[in-house]
Amino acid sequence: MLLIILRRLGQSVFVLFLVAFVSFMMFRYVGNPVDNLLGQEATVEQREALIEALGLNDPLHTQYLGFVTRALQFDFGNSYRGAQPVADMILERLPATLELALVSALFAMLFGVIAGVYTAIFRNGFSAHLIMSTSLIGVSLPTFLIGVLLIWLFAVELGWLPSFGRGETVQIGFWSTSLLTVSGLKSMVLPAITLGLYQMTLIMRLVRAEMLEILRQDFIRFARARGLPERVVYFGHALKNTLVPVITVAGLQLGSIVAFAIITETVFQWPGVGLMFINAVFFVDIPVMSAYLLLVGTLFVVINLIVDLLYLAIDPRIRDSQLKRQST
Amino acid sequence: MKSLTTRLAVGVFAGVFVSTLASAETIRWARAGDSLTMDPHAQNEGPTHALAHQIYDSLLQRDMSGAIIPSLATEWAALPDNPNVWRFKLRKGVTYHDGAAFDSEDVVFSLNRAMADGSDMKELLSSVKEVRAVDSHTVDIETHGANPLLVNNLTNMFMMDKGWAEANDVMTPHDVAKGETNFATMNTNGTGAFKLVSRSIDEKTVLTANPNYWGKSIYPSQVTEIIYTPIQSSATRVAALLSGQVDIIQDVPVQDLGRVSSTAGLTVGTAAQNRVIFFGVDNADGPTADLRVRQAMNIAINREAIKKVVMREQSDPTGVIMPPFVNGWTAALNEYPAHDLGKAKALMADAGYANGFDITLNCPNDRYINDEAICQAAVGMMGQIGINVTLDAKPKAQHFPFIKGGDSDFYMLGWGVPTFDSHYIFNFLVHSQTGDRGSWNPTGYSDSAVDDMIVSLESETDLAARNATIAKIWAAIQAQQMYLPIHNQVLNWGMKDSIEFAVQPEDQPHFQFLTFN
Repeated sequence: MLLIILRRLGQSVFVLFLVAFVSFMMFRYVGNPVDNLLGQEATVEQREALIEALGLNDPLHTQYLGFVTRALQFDFGNSYRGAQPVADMILERLPATLELALVSALFAMLFGVIAGVYTAIFRNGFSAHLIMSTSLIGVSLPTFLIGVLLIWLFAVELGWLPSFGRGETVQIGFWSTSLLTVSGLKSMVLPAITLGLYQMTLIMRLVRAEMLEILRQDFIRFARARGLPERVVYFGHALKNTLVPVITVAGLQLGSIVAFAIITETVFQWPGVGLMFINAVFFVDIPVMSAYLLLVGTLFVVINLIVDLLYLAIDPRIRDSQLKRQST
Repeated sequence: MKSLTTRLAVGVFAGVFVSTLASAETIRWARAGDSLTMDPHAQNEGPTHALAHQIYDSLLQRDMSGAIIPSLATEWAALPDNPNVWRFKLRKGVTYHDGAAFDSEDVVFSLNRAMADGSDMKELLSSVKEVRAVDSHTVDIETHGANPLLVNNLTNMFMMDKGWAEANDVMTPHDVAKGETNFATMNTNGTGAFKLVSRSIDEKTVLTANPNYWGKSIYPSQVTEIIYTPIQSSATRVAALLSGQVDIIQDVPVQDLGRVSSTAGLTVGTAAQNRVIFFGVDNADGPTADLRVRQAMNIAINREAIKKVVMREQSDPTGVIMPPFVNGWTAALNEYPAHDLGKAKALMADAGYANGFDITLNCPNDRYINDEAICQAAVGMMGQIGINVTLDAKPKAQHFPFIKGGDSDFYMLGWGVPTFDSHYIFNFLVHSQTGDRGSWNPTGYSDSAVDDMIVSLESETDLAARNATIAKIWAAIQAQQMYLPIHNQVLNWGMKDSIEFAVQPEDQPHFQFLTFN
């Protein structure tokens, strides 16, 4: 068992090095930070001196090795744009992104399961058809358009909810939370819906398909024959059996919620790491970009690792086969 | 924890004030980008200066119409017997936010700080030889040779307290290029109309009125609190104004101007911006080296169509690469040729390009108002005279290094003139690309007579003679059609109509000038 975990960890480290390398390759094409740093009055000599000082003339592998060495010591350098240590910037903004991701994941899970069960039970009803066809919107419309539409409706026309920002925050240690104030909660609604809509429709369709599958099975028929009430059949037996794949998918989607938050955060001026990344791209703020990509890469790898380990714990067949491969 | 206690303290403080002052007037202000640092000498950049102007003062400043007015200096003049020395009389009785007095020692310190390594402001002071305190409220600035335009370079040169800088170890600006940071990037101590209360980068900056501001009786000073939030997405920024969550926004996208001005309670202020947009062409090689081809391209640009269709009337077409505030501007230079395809085609035929040629137009897509759309319009217009243009639009971070490398034959550029003098344009855009000069002139245009005239402007103290030289330089480059001017940008601020606030040509709101109706 320990060997399997160690092997998985080794694979994860390899993936992270690869992520760092690929992101480094991309930086060659995003442009040059020198003009942003020096302004239009800079002379040719100053430009050359700065390019040299930043090490932009060094061969790529030298820059990459330098970055990896520093990153291993959790030193990501200072941002070119904000003149702040990158690690501080990420720590300051991470709570905003994680709270948004968490709330939208809960939203997606809750409404996705409810709507999925509903459309499965009343699969020929009018409202089930309505939900199914409107759910296509969630899948097909791009996130920024949904965000702008929601702002237009709820902030401009109806004036119910704020159009941007995070509202009032409360500081608990290093963590700044907007979940404890009224304006913070109100500010959370539109971005969370925007970010979670796609996942919600995904979960809803998954739950519906799984439910339809399970409702056809013998043990459901048997439960009905025993005269159990419909409520118990649906929620006690059917739903419980659909949740295993649903939780897997939802867990994996959590990583992509954090990554996709870039667009939602830009539309709602949400002060999280996604907005920070977009600003860094515009400014060619290489220290921030590389640290962010590494962060997201780590997040995905960690989530995948946890899911893998959970599989091993849950399903003995996988564990046995892996052990067998090891002994031969 | 610190910010919670600060916030609580501020809350209590504000509560006390609300009960004593009948009308606390808060302005919620939004624009696309945040200030890059609170250190006043580390970045020479518009939004950074705009925020710094609320907190720090310079010796003299530009008011809301762009004219130079006294600020921390009340009088200034070159010494009658030595044109190399400017003498500034400082305002008396001015204190910093922490109570320290402002005097000539601070001016000497601040200007030297702005000239130090790592300062982004030092190019503006490159002519300064020495700064001397004559007495506690008089300062002399000596330049290498006479510099008639020195005061134009001082409007964003902010004054810091020497004692505060020493106490907090911020004697030099943090060098952004080296990734440095210091106490002054997040903390301030100025003499300005507002004090910094809290700041969260890219999120929210809160300022409160300075009760001891020296200009209180000079300017309306009605704003008691500023809440500044950068909102990057233009649709969200407009929505924030329409839904009443902010009171004033800068950078209203042109397609939303109608929507904002037709909303009850809102108004749009406009003013010509200090920024001209133009095309650069290769003057030395290829088809565009022929003067007739450049003239044909200039005539083929339909500036009125660009104004009407691309800019929705929000531009000021021009025939010269100089905004109208700049010293040297004349209505005659500003005139642009009528759009005349017949004449343009005849010029092309004369030059031997009756069948046209292929060229690539390099264009930024995130820098100027509708930059890429203007370039798309130009592609069609050039096509009408047989020039087959391929458009290559890129983000500014790639566009500017590319054109500065001299690899582009046809490119878009915009230029603002912070000194409000033609020399600034000549020095960067016209002078041959040698040494410190001509860094933004990748066109290959080079004329040693013009170069000499440009250099002579820097020490000519006879203003009439100087202006005559400026006119001669403009005549020379207009005759060569060195650049193809398009228009001057127009600035828009969307705001509540309960606010009386003029749009400032440098895009810098100075909130002590704001009045409530």
